[in-house]
Amino acid sequence: MDQELQNKEMRNNIEMECDNEMVLEFDAISKNESFARTVVAAFTAQLNPTIEELADIKTAVSEAVTNCIIHGYDNKKGKIKLHCTITGDELMIEIVDYGVGIANIPLAMEPMFTSRPELERSGMGFSFMDAFMDELTVNSEVSIGTTVRMRKRISTT
Amino acid sequence: MNSKDEFMWLDFQKVGCADFEILKSTLIIHMKEDLDHHSAIFIREQADKLIEQKNVKNVIFDFSKVSFMDSSGIGVIMGRYKKLLHVGGGALAVIGVTDRIDRILKLSGLYKIMSRYQDMQEALNCM
Repeated sequence: MDQELQNKEMRNNIEMECDNEMVLEFDAISKNESFARTVVAAFTAQLNPTIEELADIKTAVSEAVTNCIIHGYDNKKGKIKLHCTITGDELMIEIVDYGVGIANIPLAMEPMFTSRPELERSGMGFSFMDAFMDELTVNSEVSIGTTVRMRKRISTT
Repeated sequence: MNSKDEFMWLDFQKVGCADFEILKSTLIIHMKEDLDHHSAIFIREQADKLIEQKNVKNVIFDFSKVSFMDSSGIGVIMGRYKKLLHVGGGALAVIGVTDRIDRILKLSGLYKIMSRYQDMQEALNCM
């Protein structure tokens, strides 16, 4: 319950600081990968991003959501929470699952490392998120879930 | 040279993300929408079935209708490379690649195992 209170406080802080915020929860199914990246692209549109920036963001979101589905929930039922804020010219994207969690985060983030080679995962997910966004942080707790937070500054013209 | 040995319309209504065509021993995968984890599953299944059953030696990925691809697409290409090695086959190629997709292919180092061509004719000539 303490945790809940803390979360709420944190949420309030973010809400106060940012200019615009959206929270969305959807099923962890592969159909929703394109849904999630399209939603974030639409939300980002108000910052007037370049096509390149938009493509970077869409790729990063797609990677994070795919990770939740394949790794977090192992293709089983679950919910994914998508939380975005805009503060000035900066977009923050948080993607949360309540799945298995990641035991070794540095290993998971290593390029070409994958725990699911049999599913033809390339092991490039986190590398792409890192390459296409300005900042990437991963928090995870085994059997509780994983939170991926990314930031990107949108160039103003 | 252009005569089509076979043109296949598989049960893609299910997902509708790619058309498959076989010219001699080359499988051409015409992707029709975003290449992500969702469409990757379908393409992988169908392509492997054709590679096994139709004596396919080469694979061409046609990206001309694809504007989005993530690391799942990398997996699809690497997977088909391994599959071709397994059946003793040859070359892998991509055509119709946009700047965006080119960046992702470069970033993942895939050009070490395949070539990029301007159009289908050029790719087929080099197969």
